[in-house]
Amino acid sequence: MTVLLQLINGVQVGAIYALVALGYSMVYGIIKLINFAHGDIIMVGAYVVWFLMARLLFPAWAAVILAIAFCACLGMAIEKIAYKPLRNSPRISLLITAIGISFLLQNLAQVIFTANPRMFTNVFPGSIRLGGSTLSVATLVTIVVSVLLMAGLSFLVNRTKIGRAMRAVSEDKATAELMGINVNNTISFTFALGSGLAAVAAVLYCCSYSQINPTMGSMLGLKAFVAAVLGGIGSIPGAMVGGFIIGIAESFTKGYISSKLADAVVFGILILVLLIKPVGILGRGKREKV
Amino acid sequence: MQRRLFKTTGSRYALNFVAVLITFVALTLVSRFDLMNRYTLDILVQIGFNIILAVSLNLAAGFLGQLPLGHAGFMSVGAYAAALFSKGVDLPVALEFPLAVLVGALTAFVFGVIIGLPALRLHGDYLAIITLGFSEIIRVVIQNLEFTGGAMGLRSIPKYSDVPWTLFWVIVTIFLINNLIRSRHGRAILSIREDEIASEASGISTTYYKVVAFAISAAFAGVAGALYAHYLRILDPAQFGFTKSAEILVMVVLGGMGSLIGSVISASVLTLLPELLRGFSEYRMIVYALVLILVMIFKPSGLFGRYDFSLGGTIDSFFAGIRKKLLGKGKEGR
Amino acid sequence: MKRIAIVFLALLLLVPAAMAEDTIKVGVIAPETGNVAVYGIAARDGVKLYIDQFNAQGGVNGKPVELIIYDDKGDPVEAMNAYNKLVYDDEVAAIIGPVTSSPTFGVAEASVEDNMPCLTATATHPDVTTYGDNFFRVCFEDPFQGGTMARFAAAELGAKTAAIIYNTADAYSTGLKDAFTEAAAEAGLEIVATEGYATSDVDFKAQLTNIAGTNPDVLFVPDYYNTAYMICSQARELGVEATFLGVDGADGVLSIEGADTSVFEGMYFANHYSADDTGELVTSFRAAFEEAYGETPNSFAALGYDAAKILCQALIEVDNAGVEIGPDSYQEVIDALQATDLEGVTGHIIFDEDGNPVKDLTIIEIKDGAYTFYSKY
Repeated sequence: MTVLLQLINGVQVGAIYALVALGYSMVYGIIKLINFAHGDIIMVGAYVVWFLMARLLFPAWAAVILAIAFCACLGMAIEKIAYKPLRNSPRISLLITAIGISFLLQNLAQVIFTANPRMFTNVFPGSIRLGGSTLSVATLVTIVVSVLLMAGLSFLVNRTKIGRAMRAVSEDKATAELMGINVNNTISFTFALGSGLAAVAAVLYCCSYSQINPTMGSMLGLKAFVAAVLGGIGSIPGAMVGGFIIGIAESFTKGYISSKLADAVVFGILILVLLIKPVGILGRGKREKV
Repeated sequence: MQRRLFKTTGSRYALNFVAVLITFVALTLVSRFDLMNRYTLDILVQIGFNIILAVSLNLAAGFLGQLPLGHAGFMSVGAYAAALFSKGVDLPVALEFPLAVLVGALTAFVFGVIIGLPALRLHGDYLAIITLGFSEIIRVVIQNLEFTGGAMGLRSIPKYSDVPWTLFWVIVTIFLINNLIRSRHGRAILSIREDEIASEASGISTTYYKVVAFAISAAFAGVAGALYAHYLRILDPAQFGFTKSAEILVMVVLGGMGSLIGSVISASVLTLLPELLRGFSEYRMIVYALVLILVMIFKPSGLFGRYDFSLGGTIDSFFAGIRKKLLGKGKEGR
Repeated sequence: MKRIAIVFLALLLLVPAAMAEDTIKVGVIAPETGNVAVYGIAARDGVKLYIDQFNAQGGVNGKPVELIIYDDKGDPVEAMNAYNKLVYDDEVAAIIGPVTSSPTFGVAEASVEDNMPCLTATATHPDVTTYGDNFFRVCFEDPFQGGTMARFAAAELGAKTAAIIYNTADAYSTGLKDAFTEAAAEAGLEIVATEGYATSDVDFKAQLTNIAGTNPDVLFVPDYYNTAYMICSQARELGVEATFLGVDGADGVLSIEGADTSVFEGMYFANHYSADDTGELVTSFRAAFEEAYGETPNSFAALGYDAAKILCQALIEVDNAGVEIGPDSYQEVIDALQATDLEGVTGHIIFDEDGNPVKDLTIIEIKDGAYTFYSKY
């Protein structure tokens, strides 16, 4: 029985990792950047929801929609202001800028909201008795919502015009431009989409863990990134698979080996994957061009 | 015709040696005879180990062209190894401290090789992430080991890091790294930065040089860690997280990737600034972040770019300037 | 424009002159920013409140106490800089602080050489006061606290089995776990599960699922209130029915904004004082604190307040003895601190030879959504 429970715990964490990993994956796919600030966009999303609900007493649905919109705009703004000028610079500069943005968001939040964690009222309270144990509604909602979103995203990328444009830009920017695709708009759209998903992840995260603080995004972001790499960065089903594997591995390590080593196991998996199959489980290999 | 005083390598060495000796003696006297209070002296020690951290990271980031995000991990390895050594043995300070620093450096070097061998097969972003992963693992392991004191960390480490010792290690670090870069091996390292595939094609063993440069960079992070441990007397594993690595990176990036003088100056300024701005500490990290972003957007090469300072060269061009002025005036007079 | 500049300059020159007018400088080191700022700010506010009251009543025989407060961000290097600056630049007579453990260890080791009188309000680790005679603390120690909770669970609650969930990366939490485990063995309380987690963890479900499987009578949660809240609510979600046992860090659980505090119902935790105490000292402290800062003082604030009170009494003693208070009176201040015997908000305080207070611990029960005084132990 506990095995099943640990599995459910793992799937729930994994679902959140997967949603966050999608953001990393899409951005990496399109501009080859590890968007270090992605985890912090989740943090911003969480604070927006908290502020709207706890301070301005918005209903939950309105707060969630506004948070998604806010994060999407923030994602686009970051890309326009900080990443776009560097599109042709060395990748290392772009990565450092992303670290800078991440620091900036964290510290701004710390000044505005203080380091004191804020508590979050669960939007989906209650739990279901399942055999001899309990399963919270938030867990179920998290799993269902994330699976639905990933299915939707798969459809968007594979079956729609904008999805085709995203794949084209990811393949080759110059050619995509020649084919009449507006590269700038496509990149903006990708950032908006990824950041919007981050906001959804933020809401689900808050429902399960009820507490937000300015640095909550960094560890979450790192683990989600590990999930993205594990699944194969740039691949949507890969992000899902990676997220669930990391979540379950973490949960089982905590439950059966030693909770002390959970983080070490997650990073150990990353290192193994990078060394054995750097493109990840579902990623496509690319030959290095000279 | 241009006459240069310091044309030969020998004369430049002699000049630098004299300059370093004067600085060293001056600072030693200052600290021996209490000409500055301990607050100022301690800040100087901190500037010292931050310079070593920045210069050593610059070797990997600026000269080798990789982006390791786990420098704090190597620093912690060096710090723990050195602290455990000096807590465990009982020798005269003049012998024990250098040995402890060497132990720290060697341990960090070994870790650098162990981590570098697999990690350096990857490039760019992946390398950044894998080094970050390794340093997180190092931290978690230290936090859970018995002999490292676990979460409590280490305490009662003897206080050896004073100004003369720190300055000595700063000089050693800069001297060795500077000479490495200007050697044949250094040119191999630089060529990897410029174009890895081309340098491999020209017969340079890129793996060998990458791992060696990476491990040397780690070893000096270990030196800094040893100084840190013997300055603070306590080690708290939680201090060696990603934030610390990022702080070191800011120093390197701000000073200029590939400029030693840039690293020295930015490490000094970034250590002094928060002390001068006590009271603004809330906004310090925001300013750091903004500086990082703005430097990347407007001057991605950092404030000093790849410029490096040479005392002999500066004196020569100074005199050359004066001579030119005098000669110029003479011409006008005629 | 020029005139304004001149006036400004004159003011700048005048200000230090006005400040220098015979004050006694006392340093405070506390994290005002960073991850542990919550505790630092509370302790600092407690200190400030007492010093303001003290100065209003005439200070040290007419000389006001001037506080110099430096932020250490919870970072040992910053704490060291703050300490050096206070001692060598500002030349304070004594220091209150630091607040959290690793900065305190660094400062404690450095302060021994200078023989600097230091008084930490909140560092509960037993080793803090062992370096020298100059270092005092106002709070009780971890082993006492952890041990008491184990004995209390066995004797008062009749518990037979206990589970522990603690932060493996935190000295405070680990120390309490060790003390609890040790005392539990003696008190006949069986530890059926010990689970750990890391500092940034927010998901405790894996560990709590294991604990739920062992169905313990009590669950010991030695961590600060934010983490305690997450653990307790996730525990209830997973069907853990054990009584929660907390430590002094759990003080504040009921004032978490937006929290569903019903999960804490029936929890017991050790504390330095109870804000609901009806004694005259506590009620007037609470009223003054609420007026000054608009919130109920937690135990950090109470300890800060007592630390300031103890130090000020000691300074008066030194001044009465005719010694000029300043950088040359360290030993006199230390002796006066050692002789402390006064009634504080957190209990009656006298120091043992190591500089630890000899005092009671208050056990608080959370009943009907409020902290209720249960017993002194």
